[in-house]
Amino acid sequence: MFPQDASLNGHRIDELFWLACELTAPAFVIVVAVLAISVVRFRAREGRRASYTKGDSPRALGLTLGLVLVVFVGIDVNLAWHDAHAFHELFEKPPAPDQALRIRVLAEQFLWSFRYAGADGQFDTADDPTMTGEVHIPTGKPVIFELRSRDVIHSFCLPNMRVKQDALPGMTTYLYTEATVPGRYEIMCAQLCGFGHYAMRGTLVVETPEQFDQWMRERNHEFGVARAE
Amino acid sequence: MTTTVLDPPHAHATATGIPNLKLGMWLFLASEVMFFTGLVGSYVVLRLGSREWPDPSSILGLNVLAFNTFVLITSSVTMALGLQAARENDRTRLVRFLGATAALGLTFLAIKLLDYRHLVHEGFTPVSSLFGSCYFMLTGFHGLHVLGGVTALTVLALKNRRGAAAIDATPIEACGLYWHFVDLVWIVLFAILCLV
Amino acid sequence: MSEPTSFLRRYVFSTDHKVIGKQYLFTGLFFLLVAGLFAILIRWQIAHPFQPMPVLGHLLSSDSHGVVIPTEYSKLFTMHGSLMVFFAVTPILIGAFGNFIIPLQIGARDMSFPVLNMLSYWVYALGSVAVLSVFFVSGGAASAGWTAYAPLSSSVKITPGFGQTIWIVAIAFSGTSTLLGAINYIATILNERCPGMDLMRMPLTTWGFFYTSILNLLWVPLIAAALFMLVLDRTVGTSFFTAGPLAPRGGGQPLLYQHLFWGFGHPEVYILILPIWGLLGDLLATFSRKPAFGYRATVISMGVIVAVSQVVWGHHMYTAGMNPILGKTFMFLTVSISMPTAIFFFNWLATIWGGAIQLKTPMLFALGVVFVFALGGLTGLFNAVQALDVYIHDTTFVVGHFHYTLAASVFFGMLAGIYFWFPKMFGRALDERLGKVHFAISFLALNGVFAPMMVMGVGGALRRLADPSHYELLRKFSTWNQVAWWSAFALLGGQLVFAYNFVRTLASRPTNVQNPWNATTLEWATSSPPPHENFPAIPVVCRGPYEYSSPAVADRDFIAQNEPALEGASA
Repeated sequence: MFPQDASLNGHRIDELFWLACELTAPAFVIVVAVLAISVVRFRAREGRRASYTKGDSPRALGLTLGLVLVVFVGIDVNLAWHDAHAFHELFEKPPAPDQALRIRVLAEQFLWSFRYAGADGQFDTADDPTMTGEVHIPTGKPVIFELRSRDVIHSFCLPNMRVKQDALPGMTTYLYTEATVPGRYEIMCAQLCGFGHYAMRGTLVVETPEQFDQWMRERNHEFGVARAE
Repeated sequence: MTTTVLDPPHAHATATGIPNLKLGMWLFLASEVMFFTGLVGSYVVLRLGSREWPDPSSILGLNVLAFNTFVLITSSVTMALGLQAARENDRTRLVRFLGATAALGLTFLAIKLLDYRHLVHEGFTPVSSLFGSCYFMLTGFHGLHVLGGVTALTVLALKNRRGAAAIDATPIEACGLYWHFVDLVWIVLFAILCLV
Repeated sequence: MSEPTSFLRRYVFSTDHKVIGKQYLFTGLFFLLVAGLFAILIRWQIAHPFQPMPVLGHLLSSDSHGVVIPTEYSKLFTMHGSLMVFFAVTPILIGAFGNFIIPLQIGARDMSFPVLNMLSYWVYALGSVAVLSVFFVSGGAASAGWTAYAPLSSSVKITPGFGQTIWIVAIAFSGTSTLLGAINYIATILNERCPGMDLMRMPLTTWGFFYTSILNLLWVPLIAAALFMLVLDRTVGTSFFTAGPLAPRGGGQPLLYQHLFWGFGHPEVYILILPIWGLLGDLLATFSRKPAFGYRATVISMGVIVAVSQVVWGHHMYTAGMNPILGKTFMFLTVSISMPTAIFFFNWLATIWGGAIQLKTPMLFALGVVFVFALGGLTGLFNAVQALDVYIHDTTFVVGHFHYTLAASVFFGMLAGIYFWFPKMFGRALDERLGKVHFAISFLALNGVFAPMMVMGVGGALRRLADPSHYELLRKFSTWNQVAWWSAFALLGGQLVFAYNFVRTLASRPTNVQNPWNATTLEWATSSPPPHENFPAIPVVCRGPYEYSSPAVADRDFIAQNEPALEGASA
């Protein structure tokens, strides 16, 4: 059901989903069972009268409170707790900038542009490799995507990394991820941005560190040479 | 049989004991509080989130706005006096005070329009800056509320100038609630737009 | 108030809540049909991308030749959502049912403000004309989604045309109508109750309308503020919600719009479901011949949800760039809504358990609500938790969730209400057999449309994509999309059965049965339809609303609320 997981922490999302299923399925089964049993067993029949209970007895209230407690602890707190941990791992641990690969992402109607720091390690200098549509990252290294939009709100969605983040005009948002499986994956736009929203596709190319270094060297050369000329 | 929105329907006993018109006005004012909260809250957010924001005193005519605040506060006094007159069944004084309140309201609006004209002339418009947008949006919307109040006051004054029966104070009271609310909103606006 | 005589005063500019309720009903049903047809077009496009659609394709703009081209697609889902929420469901549920039922259930002659009530309808009607006009102006209909996020919606450079602008005004009209209605309903419920009708003796339907009106009163103004600034951005050229390169003179904050919109938007979804929760209480009790279990707990739980629903809006914005601490707060508040919800789920099930269940059409739809709302509510938990939500945000999983709670629960609830109160409104009952067919088709088809969406959403299928097959990742879902398409088509067929039933019954001779369901609440204590003044004499209430199968009476299984006090019967 899930797309291929090519990331370090993405499995936490899948696990959360299945946990949520495990917690909610019994509730659903109970509801359906009671509905099904009731319409058969308690169908109106000649000579049988419904029981006259109002549910305001101490026993009923006790049962209700018990149910609330089970729901709160067993489902709410349980799920929220696990989720908070997963969220922390995926979104609240920004890698140290010097240990991560920083990539600037510019979203606009209807394409994704990417900018690397270049050989000098600084953004907004003339040697920054830039490209549209396709971005390369290595496995085993944390990546910081710095997101911005040139026009309306877009959303940088990496289904195989199990993450997404909105890209807004006038402010920068951040997305952290780390890939583990080389391959070509799709980038999707996950916020309605106009008529071409459905076609705002990009490619996330995950390479081995060696392949990536080679690719980065070539790009740096290409853009460094351009500056020199 | 004609009824208007302002007539207390049936004037019957209500389950809570509060007349419908008064209860309705409180409910309406609750929604108005939320409306202005949305607008004022937006102003606060926009201002706090902006890197630079002009100093209000350098653009706005604070003296004029302060005077206008005084005008509106005075009108709340005349409104309260009008309500008292209604309760004492004094039609002459009631109409006089309703008229005074409406006149003060119109004065407020006139001064506001002149103020707008001056500001636009100086280059401060709804589109010249975010502060401009906020200023005109907030005070303009408030001004529309004042106009609505002036209309209600005029209608009440006209309705109550003649009659043998005792004055029904409930519509006056409801109008008073509204008017005091509009005054209060202005004081808040004046404070956050001009003084902060 | 004497009964009006002229045609205009009786049927057009009436101040009678019963007439106004019917006006809302017919207008709302019209929009339900229009918005429903848009959904059919949407499902066709998803299942057969860019293939011309027979018959309905002619509704599209002429230069598309029956194909749902991307520009048309955006307009379709935008108008589907906005028409459904503001011009179909709200008017039918709150405008029609609220108006018709509240005064009757509390034993009043009319609303507190009958003239304001009439004005409320006509403001909505004006809004209806405005919203339909967007299809005929240059640029066509609005296309920024029913959520109309800025700057997509606020920038005329990005989204030109009058359609988007008029749409904003039309929504504002609808909101104004709702707000005026909320004032009326709250005042009426508080002030116009007949002797003996304590708040804790009111039927749950009325409680539902009471709570809904409180939320409407407080939060419609917030979206009014947002729409006001949005329309200024579009027309005057302010930039409250525009930032970055689109606002060269220094702009505002797009995120502000989202906070304002969802500050309203979240209470709004509870506004739409609260009347359903209310009427479920009435219907499950009536058709189980058993008191509503835990009446007080249900009233309190609904109240708790009203309170909490006002502080959870951020769960729509987990990926928007909010402060993470805010996110956690919203998460904990949101999941906690499952507690009061669990309470009244328990109470619904405990009501039917041990009952003497009559599977009439209103009851089938009511039971259907319990089923689909279980699915819808439980999937809400998946969306409530931050990390998981980031993954499923903007996917069809969310679409499935809110359609299970809206299109399924609210829709079934509305139909349950229509079948239940039709005899009271029109003096004739809808055909039972056709009703059962309507239910069976609708139940199966609804699940067929929305269950696949949840599966696909987990698989990465994003929403609002004119052609999902553009992504390799999503091509494997073509079969599910076919299932959804055929189910949608079947759902339409089921509604045609209902439409036929509705029209045929209206055309038939009235039977004027006062209380066909042997129900206890006050609307059944007067004729069908009720006279202009509702009751010959104002009722006096002697007991709670659900005295079914009381041991105090042996020869029948219900005691009406206004029946004089019996010896030994509990209050």
